[in-house]
Amino acid sequence: MNFTRREALIIGAGAVTAAALPMQAFAAAIDDAIAAFTGGAETTDSGITLTAPEIAENGNTVPISVSAPGAESITILASGNPTPNVLTFTFGPLAGSQEASSRIRLAGTQDVIAIAKMKDGTFAMTSSAVKVTIGGCGG
Amino acid sequence: MAKGVKPRVKVPKKATAGEVITIKTLISHKMESGQRKDKDGNIIPRSIINTFTCDFNGQNVISVELHGAVSTNPYFQFEAKVPESGEFVFTWLDDDGSTYTDKKSITVA
Repeated sequence: MNFTRREALIIGAGAVTAAALPMQAFAAAIDDAIAAFTGGAETTDSGITLTAPEIAENGNTVPISVSAPGAESITILASGNPTPNVLTFTFGPLAGSQEASSRIRLAGTQDVIAIAKMKDGTFAMTSSAVKVTIGGCGG
Repeated sequence: MAKGVKPRVKVPKKATAGEVITIKTLISHKMESGQRKDKDGNIIPRSIINTFTCDFNGQNVISVELHGAVSTNPYFQFEAKVPESGEFVFTWLDDDGSTYTDKKSITVA
């Protein structure tokens, strides 16, 4: 098969676009998940603390803890998972503090994002990069 | 009902009025994420616990919405304020419609 210079360029450009698509799809999914929680509102980066390990040997069980004084609810999102939603904590009137810990699955090295919805309606967002040695989504 | 589901909860037996106590909960559950495939390449259907709530004397302490990315045997640690003697009720809701509950009493001295 012989390509003219022009055809080769077009095919090359197509391949680059195709390779970039999954990245865009992931980025879109995480943006959608953030927007679904905040309703498109602006987020600040103070008032929330996310504690996650820098390196997680096993992506099947990564301990995380999140704290946001004055928060009504906190959601955790994993930017590199097939589905970004992980969990949402909603604090009731008898919550002793706006702090909770759990264990989550991560498909690979990625940023874990925590967003808190404060009682006054504002949002605070933070993220933490976690290196995962063995991914936790099967496959 | 998923097999071998056993809730475990750790709550102090006594507290002073208004004290903030730490509660730890663990429930054994396989939390099938719906992402894994069996050896024939078919996707194993999702089967997880989707909601967890903790109430004290009818008032909510915390409720958690779970998705596929929560680990096997979901574990939670959180804090609760204890205004009076009473009972904590822990509820887990499974995708298949079953409900698992556990109760722990606490005495305010």
